[in-house]
Amino acid sequence: MTQSPHKSTFALPLADLPGLDTPIRRLHHPGRWLSGIAVILLLAVIGHAFAVGQIQWPVVGQFLTAGVIITGFGWTLLISACALVLGVVFGFAFGIMRLSENPILRFAAWLYVWIFRGTPVLLQLLIWFNIALVFPRLYVPGLVDERMVDVVTPFVAAVLGLGVNEGSYLTEVVRGGIGSVDRGQKEAAHTLGMTPGQTMRRIILPQTLRLILPVLGNSAIGMLKFSSLAATIAMGEMLNAAQRIYFINGAVIELLFVCAIWYLAGTTVLSIGQYYLERYFGRDAAAATSNRHWFKVWGRRPAVEGEA
Amino acid sequence: MNLAVKAVGIRKSFGSHEVLKGLDLEVAYGEVLCILGPSGSGKSTFLRCINHLETPNSGYVWVDGAIMGYELNRGALQELPIKRLRAQQSQLGMVFQHFNLFAHRTVLGNVIEGPMVVRGLRRAEAEVRAMDLLEQVGMAGKALSYPSQLSGGQKQRVAIARSLAMEPRVMLFDEPTSALDPELVGEVLEVMRNLARGGTTMIVVTHEIGFAREVADRVVVMIDGEIRETGAPGQVLSNPGDPRVRTFLSRVLA
Repeated sequence: MTQSPHKSTFALPLADLPGLDTPIRRLHHPGRWLSGIAVILLLAVIGHAFAVGQIQWPVVGQFLTAGVIITGFGWTLLISACALVLGVVFGFAFGIMRLSENPILRFAAWLYVWIFRGTPVLLQLLIWFNIALVFPRLYVPGLVDERMVDVVTPFVAAVLGLGVNEGSYLTEVVRGGIGSVDRGQKEAAHTLGMTPGQTMRRIILPQTLRLILPVLGNSAIGMLKFSSLAATIAMGEMLNAAQRIYFINGAVIELLFVCAIWYLAGTTVLSIGQYYLERYFGRDAAAATSNRHWFKVWGRRPAVEGEA
Repeated sequence: MNLAVKAVGIRKSFGSHEVLKGLDLEVAYGEVLCILGPSGSGKSTFLRCINHLETPNSGYVWVDGAIMGYELNRGALQELPIKRLRAQQSQLGMVFQHFNLFAHRTVLGNVIEGPMVVRGLRRAEAEVRAMDLLEQVGMAGKALSYPSQLSGGQKQRVAIARSLAMEPRVMLFDEPTSALDPELVGEVLEVMRNLARGGTTMIVVTHEIGFAREVADRVVVMIDGEIRETGAPGQVLSNPGDPRVRTFLSRVLA
């Protein structure tokens, strides 16, 4: 400790140590200011370009709340919700099958993922929409006997196409989620005498759900956007409605902007919902305080001796 | 002597590695048996074979009048349907090294899970009994905490209460204090000591020589998948006949 190559560090003798009230001066970050200003300028240029470009903003405002658009957005929401539910159901069903002891069930689930994750969703939508070419009639003895074109309306085709496709992605997500729940949880349930079904429902799946919730949130957001693909199969959702309007009045960009605004509004609301859902399901993680009714009953009981 | 557990010729291999080389063991009701041995000697695997968390490659375990996982049917051991195996397993309480409390359930929720789901008790009844058990292990005050809010020692005490809630005939402990900070070992051993005093039949895989000496009625020392020494703790721990047991004990007692 007698020698030091950095003489300057030791240029402050102990006798000159500053008092505890010596003010601290923060380091300046000129680079942050420069990059910040550059980005603001860039945004201003883009914003200005759109403001003075050939867009009739009043038309955007006019169609933003047009009845056809609102109805279209309603369909968009309905398709997304139904397809998401279908996707989640399929995802859990096939995700559990992927982990089955039965190799045939495992293979079936693998096949499902292979086909529906391996082909474009737009193509799948078109196939569902034209499924009547393969099966002209839907016939289940004693239940239904109808022409396929009457059953698979554009709405049904959209929900099936988007939902089945989403399910193939969620299958892998669920499989991964189940796999990352600690093996000890299952063993503990078994030693208590719980059957595989009870263990799955009461122990594994609730914990899986918490793990995959962020992914499900992304799925919901993605679904809202992918539902626009249904415009190609004559489903009257928002994008389709916008197209039908601009074919007539020629205000192409204006109506596309209207759609963009609605989609952004929708995804924003979903993001906020996702935040609160995750916070709710994360309640057992840390610093959780339960406010269920029986808390008060048992909480009043005196702590037992030996309790830390 | 009223037998609770009898293991006969238990063999278990993982791949080409034979972990258990034909083990026999008898445990009487009310007896506390400690299984000692170096790491990798197969103690935990043996315990997991007893309650069929691992299926032995050969040999079987008899528990209170039935063979675990099988029934004798026209001269063959017929595998039991999963539901009946689970019913058998619930006769054996298991306490794990890593607690394995259900992370998404409160302390109380953990303890009532088995009685409600497996035995069909009503929630109110299950909760009253669970609170008694939690009081017994000194955890009643934490009934509504989640496992992540507890210390290791507290988690293990809850895990013991959860097992006891199924009113098992035998309690199995798989290194219950090995994952604990040293200062938390005592509170768990205290709960186990009380159980032993109350007459609970216990099979304990442990590294706590002191606990074995004090509480066990009988001690078994396993080395390399074989039982090398068995007898009263005083005799086995202070004057083992087997030279390899002597080496092991001198290492842990040093």
